[in-house]
Amino acid sequence: MKPASFEYARPADLDQACAMLAAGDDTRIIAGGQSLVPLMAMRLARPKRLIDIARISDLAFVRRESDAVSIGATSRQCVLERDAVVRAAVPLLAKVIPFVGHAAIRSRGTIGGSLANADPAAEIALVAVTLGATLLYREDTANGEIAARDFFIGPMMTALPAAGCITAVRFPLWRETRIGVGFHEISPRRSDFAFASAAAQVALDENGICRRVALGIGAVTAYPLRLDAAAKALEGTRAEEAVVREVVRTAVADIEPLSDLHASADYRRRAAACLAVRAILDAYRDAESAHAG
Amino acid sequence: MRVELTVNGETRAVEVEPRISLLDCLRERLLLTGAHAGCEHGVCGACTVLVDGAPVRSCLMFAVQADGYAITTIEGVAPGPGELSPIQDAFCETHGMQCGYCTPAMILAAHALLADNPAPTREQIVDAISANICRCTGYAQIVEAIALAAERMRGLNQPVCRP
Repeated sequence: MKPASFEYARPADLDQACAMLAAGDDTRIIAGGQSLVPLMAMRLARPKRLIDIARISDLAFVRRESDAVSIGATSRQCVLERDAVVRAAVPLLAKVIPFVGHAAIRSRGTIGGSLANADPAAEIALVAVTLGATLLYREDTANGEIAARDFFIGPMMTALPAAGCITAVRFPLWRETRIGVGFHEISPRRSDFAFASAAAQVALDENGICRRVALGIGAVTAYPLRLDAAAKALEGTRAEEAVVREVVRTAVADIEPLSDLHASADYRRRAAACLAVRAILDAYRDAESAHAG
Repeated sequence: MRVELTVNGETRAVEVEPRISLLDCLRERLLLTGAHAGCEHGVCGACTVLVDGAPVRSCLMFAVQADGYAITTIEGVAPGPGELSPIQDAFCETHGMQCGYCTPAMILAAHALLADNPAPTREQIVDAISANICRCTGYAQIVEAIALAAERMRGLNQPVCRP
């Protein structure tokens, strides 16, 4: 369980980091290292060179913008867990962060690192897809953007260019006043990798009617999925349990779940449906209790 | 590469290959063997140390990444030679250890918890040590030890009311 040899560089700024990344093959970015280092210890990853961006201070921020909240790639999960802006403006992210690894992982792990690692069970990736976040990256000297739903293409696989470095992730701001969130996951032990998870965000009007719904499931398929048809079908309803059940059942009917020794495809599909229903019902109740206006 | 590590308040310079984990550096170079090597890939928690007061798995951090941070190992928690911290003391008293392999990490996890939250609930204690595996499964006494330590530490600086 010892990583193979590698060179280590700690560039002073993003320009230098991206130039190094563009210059070398087999070069990987490291920030918190909480996903990459285990892979290196097991020799599933053997980069020739690591570029440490953890201390580039302009990559660690939470910024409220006019229509979004931008979070810098190297923002540590333990910081986001307590961040007032995240809590107020991206409550779904605030809700899931305590489920990301354990406290000892979150003290080093970063939001960008979790996204770049693209584990199908990752909670942050699920929230990014569910809320329609955008990932910002730099490739050498050019800046690029990619929607979260196009970013994840398979287990531990992303559409990030080989020499791309994630710089930030932008979560769209919901302007409605009555917003609620829900999240559930099933894992063998608290904070282990989930077999299935679901996240939902709901906005209600003053009459308790769903104005906007976002729903996603994680750990079930090769990457987090947004269930847009189900979310759309719930808009205009009061998210009555029978309706939610029916809508979710239809939505998961044609997904292709993963199957492994921990959980069969059939189990994952059933678990996802059940968790998605709970997530929506929770989100609805949460929104109802949010002060109206 | 040359790294300067601040461990238990003392700055130590070491020459390490980049691939050397903070754990191996502490154990083999600085001879601080209280941080234990278990799984070496971030699952068991036996290697937990405090980095700027926060629990961190030292097997998932390279020594070259650790310069400039204040690192605390189990060797650094006692107030003086031959003494025990209140948490260590409580672990002795409630038999919060069996083989002892997970103990230094459990104690450091407890230190991080109590520094942040002097009156944790049982659930919060369980959550704080959820990253640390005890293969003897002596969790009940470990939880009891942390609760006892919390109670005593809350009492430490309280004014004594006498009639």
